[in-house]
Amino acid sequence: MALNFRPPPLPVPNRRDLIALPLIIALFFIVAHAGREMAVPFHLGQTLDISLSPAVLPEYGLYTVLRMLAALAVSFAFTLGYAWLAAHNRYAERILIPALDVLQSVPILGYLSITVTGFMALFPGSLIGVQLAVIFAVFTSQAWNMTFSLYQSLKTVPRDLQEAATLYRLNAWQRFWKVELPFAMPGLLWNTMMSMSGGWFFVVASEAITVSDQTVMVPGIGSYIAAAIAQKNLPAIGWAIVAMIVIILLYDTLLFRPIVAWADKFKFEMTASGDAPRSAVLDFLRRTRVLRLLAVIPSLLWEASVRLTPRVPLRAVAAKSRRRWADGVFYAILMVFAAWALVRLLQVLPRDFGWPMVGHVILLGLITGSKVFVLVALSALVWVPIGVWIGLRPRWAQRVQPLAQFLAAFPANLLFPLFVVVIVHWHLNVDVWTAPLMILGSMWYILFSVVGAASAIPTDMREAAQNLGLRGWLLWKRLYLPGIFPGFVTGAITASGGAWNASIVAEVVSWGDKTLVATGLGAYISQTTAQGKTAQIALGVGVMSLLVILTNRLFWHRLYDLAQRRVRLD
Amino acid sequence: MDAMQRPEPATAAPAIQRVEIFRTEHLRKSFRTPDGAELLVLDDVNMHLLEDEILVLLGRSGSGKSTLLRMLAGLVPKSGGVALHRGQPITGPVPGLAMVFQSFALLPWLTVLQNVELGLEALKVPPAERRARAIAAIDLIGLDGFESAYPRELSGGMRQRVGFARALVINPDVLLMDEPFSALDVLTAETMRTDLLDLWTERKIPTRGILLVSHNIEEAVLMADRIIILGSNPGRIINEMRIDLPHPRNRESQDFRDLVEVIYGAMTARPGGRDAARRQVPGVGLRLPSLSVNALAGLLEELDALEKNTANTRISLPELAEDMRFSVDDLFPLIEGAELLGFAQVEDGDIMLLPAGRTFVDGSLQERKQIFARHLLERVPLVARIRSVLDERFNHRAPDSRFLTELEDHLSEDEARRVLDTAIDWGRYAEIYAYDDNAEVFSLDNPQAEA
Repeated sequence: MALNFRPPPLPVPNRRDLIALPLIIALFFIVAHAGREMAVPFHLGQTLDISLSPAVLPEYGLYTVLRMLAALAVSFAFTLGYAWLAAHNRYAERILIPALDVLQSVPILGYLSITVTGFMALFPGSLIGVQLAVIFAVFTSQAWNMTFSLYQSLKTVPRDLQEAATLYRLNAWQRFWKVELPFAMPGLLWNTMMSMSGGWFFVVASEAITVSDQTVMVPGIGSYIAAAIAQKNLPAIGWAIVAMIVIILLYDTLLFRPIVAWADKFKFEMTASGDAPRSAVLDFLRRTRVLRLLAVIPSLLWEASVRLTPRVPLRAVAAKSRRRWADGVFYAILMVFAAWALVRLLQVLPRDFGWPMVGHVILLGLITGSKVFVLVALSALVWVPIGVWIGLRPRWAQRVQPLAQFLAAFPANLLFPLFVVVIVHWHLNVDVWTAPLMILGSMWYILFSVVGAASAIPTDMREAAQNLGLRGWLLWKRLYLPGIFPGFVTGAITASGGAWNASIVAEVVSWGDKTLVATGLGAYISQTTAQGKTAQIALGVGVMSLLVILTNRLFWHRLYDLAQRRVRLD
Repeated sequence: MDAMQRPEPATAAPAIQRVEIFRTEHLRKSFRTPDGAELLVLDDVNMHLLEDEILVLLGRSGSGKSTLLRMLAGLVPKSGGVALHRGQPITGPVPGLAMVFQSFALLPWLTVLQNVELGLEALKVPPAERRARAIAAIDLIGLDGFESAYPRELSGGMRQRVGFARALVINPDVLLMDEPFSALDVLTAETMRTDLLDLWTERKIPTRGILLVSHNIEEAVLMADRIIILGSNPGRIINEMRIDLPHPRNRESQDFRDLVEVIYGAMTARPGGRDAARRQVPGVGLRLPSLSVNALAGLLEELDALEKNTANTRISLPELAEDMRFSVDDLFPLIEGAELLGFAQVEDGDIMLLPAGRTFVDGSLQERKQIFARHLLERVPLVARIRSVLDERFNHRAPDSRFLTELEDHLSEDEARRVLDTAIDWGRYAEIYAYDDNAEVFSLDNPQAEA
């Protein structure tokens, strides 16, 4: 068959191009400008002028957004490398996966406390160091669960796809991009979106932090609000909240919705689903003529990469079966190393702190832990009935679901000052009334998981229950509560993790010169960070990670398994 | 071209040596169970695939036919014996070979064209040639017009056509097919078989040999030049036959039906020696077929009805299959279960109801349960073992992991779970024991409330 493969001539721009092209070019200029601004000279001790005029908010918002994007890019690169290695090398897997489990239990702001001085030392006399520290903090809030998601997907690529890839002699590079990554895409994307919504909280929290009695600020929404708090400027806080709402909505419309709509083709299902996600922005871009040419670039890159990567040898040798002695050596080395680390820890702990101090920190941890627990239980009491009520009414669910997702993404720390004003004004108990701040940002996960689960309860089950005359508590006990249980557990795990993370900023809050300090491990970490006591920060962060790992292992994971085994509606 | 001219008739002078594509000698495959025991799935397989022939590997589930196919493809390493591809030992993926999968194994994120191009891309065929060859293959297989469609937009038959196009586009030397038609509906499957046979007999494809794995007897007789029948536990070759019917073969012809009947007999036959060997095994690891009691009762009732209608106690299996509107292969677990429990007996491809089976059919619900329980305890060692362990324990409870570990000495992990699930189901019906799925514990709690 004679086919002509000459590249098509450059298309005539259409009306949509006329709108899209200038926008895209302007975007390049804005990013370039912001990049220059973000690297201005800076010395520790120098105070950066943060203006409180609403007019600067677009620019500050832009900086915040760029930090988020940078963190996202880094997280993505990290995820691809780490997960691929863990999924393809048995020995790496044994180390990397437990390590990942620990890494994701470390409070995000703990990373910031530990690393900010290091980053600043890396770029002396420039703001880049601080910028990187902030980006790193956001990275730590996103990378771990993205990596977990990709790793799990890579381990569950269907066997026949793998066999087809082997038989048709795809090399590792082609296999990754054509089979493995596309298969992992839906899960990875979902986790990225969840991470992003957590990320807003941390980017705001880390743009203004106190290290060694010095407040370090980088221009952004977070530092804007910190300055507003210091100057007790309520209208400015209102402006910041409005700006944040706009930013999150823009981010969703311009970035995530198009990506989700585009990535719908990666769903590993063979039935065409009725309502595929759509995005007006994506449709718009697809209808432009000149911009669509840009889509040729990835395919050209792909062709080039295919030519560069080596072919699978004609007589390839299949992977060798595992060697027992190698396993033995590997585990022996690992055991020796673990034992050595444990001994060192037991030597160092008493020398640096003394056991009473360690005990005190653990006690603080238990206090924060019980607060988290009570808060999750309380929000469950409130949001489960509401969530079920909404979920059973599809029309409501459709409207509430995006709202709940938005609320989960909205950085709750922007709202803290409003609470503090109230607490200060009425002289309320600090320990009790600052606690809700911890769950303020993450309880929405419970709401939207429950709404999702409730709307997934099959209609025939509801009809059967109605037919049998079930109502009141019996109906809830027999149908609704079991039905939403798996969804609730998923939401509660996220909410609890979020509350632990938030405790670091929520247990020490201030308004002008008034600072409220609650009892708890979060306050301990945040105060030692402010004083620059590195050893104590490490102790606090270590204890918190340990407690998070323990509650996850002993409580949440078991609950999750139970939910998966017992009450699945399929 | 007449198909019959190509494969040498069986009677032809052996002087004309035909080239062997695959050859195995004493090929063996075993898996290691978690606690280190060796589990044999294929034993002493001696077979070969010649050029210009379609060889069908016919066997029931658990006969290791798919494993054999994958060993030949170089996807699964062998445990012992010799496996050669054109005289070379198979150490990894064999070049020049394409495979068609039961599940199609298409990449849902690629269009039909991109799916077909995949193998060529791996071979670094330049883009222009790649596209031209892919489009030619798509035309050949009757998919033109669907190049830019995604697999999810296609029906099952069209998807498998993409699977064939993807396989044929690399001009494979050998085509391996792992039950390629079994996920399709009857009519679609028939069309696809005919289309493939046309391509093969008219030599529109450069492929020199086809190896087809199937559990469908009629499919095998329809397509094969030669059939190898594999028996189960462990998989080994129990029979081999040539099919010399001219193409196109007619399912309704007497020759065809006779062949199907013969193969039925061969597949249900139990060589005395092997059977005796099986009886000697303590038997806890006996592979119970996955079969619900209701389905078994249905089979026995049907046999009873047929017996009364035809006044003939011997009923041929193809006839039974047709009568129950079952594909012949769905019958095997049913028959195996009925034989195992002593309700029916198979001889030379015929099945007959035994007295116990007749009592079962005539009994009330409670009587059925009682006779089922008696046969279960007598004939299924696993059920008897569970019951006796429960009787011995003072609290009459035992975790299922206890029996699972015991089963895993004889069976693979998945298979052990499947067999135990069957034992749970049967034992519950017979009220021999109770089982708590949450705690995963067997008990004697209230097993015989009535009796």
